[in-house]
Amino acid sequence: MQRAFLAASLAAVVCAAVGTFVVLKGLAFMGDAVAHSSLAGMALVYALGGSILLGALAWVVPASLVITYVSRRANVMLDTSIGIIYAGGFALGIIILSQVNNYTVDLFGFLFGNVLGATWGDIIIIGAVAAAVLLVMAILYKEILFTSYDSTMAEVSGVPVRLVQYLMPLLIGVTTVVALKTVGIVLVLALLVTPAATARLLVRRLPLMMATSVLVALAATVVGLYLSFYLDLASGPTIVLVATGIFALVLMVSPSRGVVWRRRSREAISTSVGA
Amino acid sequence: MTTPPQPNSSTPALEVRGLWAGYNHTPALKDVSFQVPEGEIVGIIGPNGAGKSTLFKTILELMKPWRGETLVFGQSSRSQRAKIGYMPQIELVDWNFPVSVKEVVLMGRYGHIGLFRRPSKEDRAAAHEALEQVGMAHLGDRLIGELSGGQRRRVLLARALTNRPKLLLLDEPMAGLDATVQHQIISILRALRDSGTTVVLSTHDLSCVSAACDLTLCLNCQVVAYGPPRDVLVEKVLGETFGTHLLMVHLDGQAYAYQHHRHSNGPPSEDK
Repeated sequence: MQRAFLAASLAAVVCAAVGTFVVLKGLAFMGDAVAHSSLAGMALVYALGGSILLGALAWVVPASLVITYVSRRANVMLDTSIGIIYAGGFALGIIILSQVNNYTVDLFGFLFGNVLGATWGDIIIIGAVAAAVLLVMAILYKEILFTSYDSTMAEVSGVPVRLVQYLMPLLIGVTTVVALKTVGIVLVLALLVTPAATARLLVRRLPLMMATSVLVALAATVVGLYLSFYLDLASGPTIVLVATGIFALVLMVSPSRGVVWRRRSREAISTSVGA
Repeated sequence: MTTPPQPNSSTPALEVRGLWAGYNHTPALKDVSFQVPEGEIVGIIGPNGAGKSTLFKTILELMKPWRGETLVFGQSSRSQRAKIGYMPQIELVDWNFPVSVKEVVLMGRYGHIGLFRRPSKEDRAAAHEALEQVGMAHLGDRLIGELSGGQRRRVLLARALTNRPKLLLLDEPMAGLDATVQHQIISILRALRDSGTTVVLSTHDLSCVSAACDLTLCLNCQVVAYGPPRDVLVEKVLGETFGTHLLMVHLDGQAYAYQHHRHSNGPPSEDK
C-alpha cells in the first residue's frame, strides 16, 4: 500500500512536470507512442526473466533518439517517424509476449498498470529515473525553455539547440517508464497531458503552470488510489478518471478560460452595451 | 546600376562576398556581394522569395552557403555572436507560450549566460534597459499573448538589444504594421544608429525605406542596386527588382512607390 502510493506519486510528479512541455509543444503523440513501443523492451526482458522496468528503459532511450534522428535527417515528418516506431515496437512486444505461457495476466498489468504489485526494486528504479529527469530539467531549464519557445533565436544566441531537441523526446520517453507501473502503457498519455492541461486553464505563467500541474497530478493520484481501494476498481484507470474529472470541472469554472465564466462575461458585455 | 558606397578605411560592420546559397538545388542567392559601413541603417528590399531571409540565415550561420562568405567586423559571425542582435520574422515565434515580456527579453541573454548558470542581476538589468529602449518597460509582466502587433514587434526588438549589439539584423520588422507603429520603430532604430549601432533590415514595403534608411540594397536573388535611397529607388531599378510596374510618387520630398501588376489590357489594378 505504502509502495503503491510512493510509486504513483513519483509518477505523478515527473509526468506532470514533463507534461507541461508536452502540452505546450503538442508532443502528446510522442509520449503516447514511446510508451506503447516500449512494450517490445518490456516483453523481451519479461521473457528472459529480468526487471520489466529496466527492459522498458533500455528500449525507450534508443527509441526516442531514433525518432528524433529519423525525423531530422531522413526528412520524414516527426509525426510519421513516431507512428512507425510506435506500431513496430508495440507489435514486436505482443509477439514476444505471446511466446511466453500464461502471459495474459501480466499483459494486463503492462497495459494498464499494476501499482499494487510494485516492489521495492521497482521503487528504486522509478525513484532514480524520476530524480534524474527532474535534475536534468532543473539544470537545463532555461535552454529547454528558450528552444521550446523560439528555436531559431535560441540557436542564434548560442544555445545548444540540437542537444535540447534530442533531449526533450528522450526525457519524455524516460518519463513514460516512470509511469508504467502506475497507469500502464496505454494510459501514460493521460498522466502526461491531463494535469498539465488543467494547469494551463488555471494559470498563465510557465513555472506556476508546472507547479500547478504537479499538484493536480498528486491530488488525482491520491484520490484515485483511495477510490480504487474502496470501490475495488483498477487503480491506474481510476487515477486517470479522477484527473479527467478535475480537468472537466476546471474547464467549466476556470476564471478567464472556463466555459461558465465566458458565457457570463459575454452576457455582461452585451448588457452593458445595451445590445 | 548605381555604384556601391566606397568603404572607408575601417572594417565594415558586415561584408558579404560572392555568396551563393539556396535550398535543394534552387539558388535563392546568386553571387551576392556588398559591404555595410559601420553606423548606418541599411534597408534590403525585394519581393517575396528574393532571398532576404536566406541572406540573414547565411550571415547568422543558421545555414551553410554553397559558395562565398560573410564577415562581421572582419571575422566569422560565430566568433562575433556577442556583437550581433537578431530579430526574426514575427510569424516564426510562438505567441501562445505562457511567458511574460520580461522573460522573453531575458532570453536574449541566455547564450551569454552559459549552460549551468542562472541569470544574474546584471542580465536582468540589461533586459530592463533593452525594454526601456523600445518603450515597453512598463509592460514587463504582461504575457506575450496579450500584446498588440506593434508591442510584439518591440518585444522582439528588445530581445535583440539585450546584448547591446553593434550589428542589428532585422528580418521584416515592419511587416503588417500601420504607419504610426512603423514610425515608432524607425525612431528607435535611428536612435540606435546615432549611438553607433549598425542596422540592417529587410522589407518588401517601400514607403518607409526611403525615409528610414541611409543605404538601400535592392535584392532579387542578385544585387540589383545598392546606394542611397534617392539614387536607388528609381523606376528602372524597382522594376528590375520587383518584376512589376512601379510608379514613383514624390510628395513633400519623400518618395512613395505605387505598385500594380502588369495587365495586357484594361486599367491597372490597385495594389500597394
